[in-house]
Amino acid sequence: MATESIKYLAPDSENKAKTQVFPRPGQHTTGLVDWLTTIDHKKIGLMYGMTALFFLIVGGLEALLIRSQLWDHNMDVLTNRQYNQMFTMHGTTMVFLVIMPLSAAFFNFIMPLQIGARDVAFPRMNALSLWCFVGGGLILNLSWFFTGGSPAIGWFGYAPLTDTRFAEVIGDMGPDFWIFSLQILGVASLLASFNFITTIINMRAPGMTMMRLPVFTWMTLIVSFLIILAFPAITIALVELMFDRTYGTNFYDFLEGGKPHLWQHLFWIFGHPEVYILILPAMGIVSEVIPVFSRKPLFGYGLVIFSGAIIGFMGFAVWSHHMFTTGMGVVATSAFAMLTMLIAIPTGVKIFNWIGTMWGGRIRFDTPMLFALGFITMFMIGGFTGIMHSSVPIDAQHQDSYFVVAHFHYVLIGGALFGLFCGFYFWLPKMTGRMLNEKLGKFVFTLMFLGFNLTFFPMHYLGMIGQPRRTHTYNEGHGFETWNQIATIGAFILGVGIVIGIYQFVTAFFNKKLKPAGKNPWDARTLEWALSSPVKEYNFARTPIIKARDQAWENNYGPRENHAEKEPLDDHGVHMPDRSWWPLVTALGLFGLAMGMLFHRTIDPSGELVRDYTVPILAGSVAIIGMIMWALEGPGGYHLFPKENDE
Amino acid sequence: MSDASAHALEHHEPVTSTGIPNKKVLMWAFLGSDCMFFGTLISTHLIYRKISATVGGNFLDIRDVFDIELTSFSTFILLASSLFMALGVSAIHKGNLKSMRWMLFGTIIFGAIFLACQVYEFTHFIHAPGNELTLSTYRGEPHVFGSTFYVLTGTHGTHVAIGVFWLIGWLAYSFTGKMSVAHALDIEICGLYWHFVDIVWIIIFPVIYLMEYAL
Repeated sequence: MATESIKYLAPDSENKAKTQVFPRPGQHTTGLVDWLTTIDHKKIGLMYGMTALFFLIVGGLEALLIRSQLWDHNMDVLTNRQYNQMFTMHGTTMVFLVIMPLSAAFFNFIMPLQIGARDVAFPRMNALSLWCFVGGGLILNLSWFFTGGSPAIGWFGYAPLTDTRFAEVIGDMGPDFWIFSLQILGVASLLASFNFITTIINMRAPGMTMMRLPVFTWMTLIVSFLIILAFPAITIALVELMFDRTYGTNFYDFLEGGKPHLWQHLFWIFGHPEVYILILPAMGIVSEVIPVFSRKPLFGYGLVIFSGAIIGFMGFAVWSHHMFTTGMGVVATSAFAMLTMLIAIPTGVKIFNWIGTMWGGRIRFDTPMLFALGFITMFMIGGFTGIMHSSVPIDAQHQDSYFVVAHFHYVLIGGALFGLFCGFYFWLPKMTGRMLNEKLGKFVFTLMFLGFNLTFFPMHYLGMIGQPRRTHTYNEGHGFETWNQIATIGAFILGVGIVIGIYQFVTAFFNKKLKPAGKNPWDARTLEWALSSPVKEYNFARTPIIKARDQAWENNYGPRENHAEKEPLDDHGVHMPDRSWWPLVTALGLFGLAMGMLFHRTIDPSGELVRDYTVPILAGSVAIIGMIMWALEGPGGYHLFPKENDE
Repeated sequence: MSDASAHALEHHEPVTSTGIPNKKVLMWAFLGSDCMFFGTLISTHLIYRKISATVGGNFLDIRDVFDIELTSFSTFILLASSLFMALGVSAIHKGNLKSMRWMLFGTIIFGAIFLACQVYEFTHFIHAPGNELTLSTYRGEPHVFGSTFYVLTGTHGTHVAIGVFWLIGWLAYSFTGKMSVAHALDIEICGLYWHFVDIVWIIIFPVIYLMEYAL
């Protein structure tokens, strides 16, 4: 550390470490190199967001193909295998490449601003998370172009669907692509979470006690803990599956002593906390938005946070409710049913707190508030059907029917996606410095709300009258056609709404006609609104000294003793860490390692299996060299000298 | 350390909210996560242990394969390496670079002996005459014990190997002349990792090996 610290004092010209292969991009880097080497949490957050919005379109197109296939009985838009591939890719994409990274985008961009930090604790590791996410998304979607095409195993990859001997196509590589992409995405999520935990615990501005943290930051912390404790289960399950498929072990091979049931347990020990990993960030966003547009502090701040923590904790104790029909026995089933019913309590507490916040407030119905209200109502419907499923006999009826599809889309679109769109409409003025068009925003909300309900409400009924999920078509005479057609029309309306929304978000960065936002256009409450929009590179010219919860609000309306103070300007200036190529190089190495492992096996002319580890070893070496060079180059840095009154 | 660098430390070493350095919080978070990695692997092994005790009609007695004397020896070596590690951390805190080098060297050697024992053990088990235990078979019949055993202990071995290379890295760095008491934190974090990997073995050894002799 000492040597690194000495470098801080050196002027920029002397700051080039001797251990460099190619020159480190300096302070004034712009253009593509800037985006590839940036370690600024705001730029990384934007790249997370934009990549995830791109994958939202990809996953949405897959959904529309599924809906087109189900338009009428015995349609031929997709073959049965293509249909299986579509719902596998749709599910995997939406969970790992859309909702999680969109949440990560807000964690990255907003959380450090809310706690008064200049960046996350490990800026270069943050960049590595981003590039691993991009690499993992790429690997998953590359699967379309190789033997067997994309995986057709469901996003849950149940054994023995993943068993090589039962593959529909000989040498099917789809599941292998799925395994390796999820492993790389897991690295991205784990690294990001370690980073956020350290940042929130350790990088708070003076006076920013834990019970003054904004609720969104609290949810970031809880979700990060969920990720670091839940992802290992899926990582090991995938390692075991990879060994099964690549080296012939018998973990999930029921013909040779393995138990497919074990996969289900390991998958859902990860999978159920994952559900809360998807929804808690949206709950955090909504908990920020509702007080602002009701002009009241959040009702029961401590209780909202405590409920979030309880939900996260109990999320680890309910996984087997995904497996009620597997025959676990009465005791296990009853225990998991009871715990599942219990988890409804903290969730209900949150909803009542949001209602309590609005009660007696002066509510403004701007677009973020509309999405927040949409979130509460739609999430409640999804929650109610969820409580229904906690009852074992009802679950046995609903299992694998469209009712379940309706349930989790109400939670994941009506809940998570509405919450995330709410976040975009709320925070984009802070990110771009420009206000979004309110009329267009309300139009997007109307389209999405209508389209969403048209699509998924009929599915409750379809499930009740017996339409099975994951089945590529249905026969005439069941009476499924009408409601499926309504659902398909709804899906296209929802799709149009989302596309217009994305268009609005992306153009917000370039459209000069939008009116400037100013520091605090919504008269919002938390610390990030005390900064200029867009936020300066160094976030805080002077570190704020926090005096109260809802600091931006207190600065404007609170008693004098609650106004934030600022630490004096540092005559050394604000130290900014240097950009770095090594996170990108390391991620490329990991990408190459995964691709190399995917293609290391060939069959020679005599039919023998030949393993060639050249590419994995080379790519792995690139990753290791990347990490060593990363350690040797140190944080580096340059100084900025903001003026006394800059924000 | 020169005055300039002391000043640099004082001035730029980030002050954290908890007073605990960022890197240490990061390592603790990682170790918490790593517990779940090993927890999943150990659970997998224990779940399968009883279910699949028979092979081709024969009861599998894994004691025919295990070499408990060798594993006890390597366990002792690994535990002893933690003493070297702790002394190494203590040495760098006192600024005693020379002592730290010897202690890291000892840790590396003991880690390497443990790894060598594991390599010997694996090759020995795979080729045990009449009792071949491979990744997918036991005595030529399909079996799960080899799958869970090799993947679990192999994952632990990988952790040890990463630790060894990490320590070699610091040992090499200590000869560049740039190392000082300011690096005590980095060595301490290395030590956290090393002790954790040791503790995991303290669980694996009784649960995977000794239990086969008791139950």
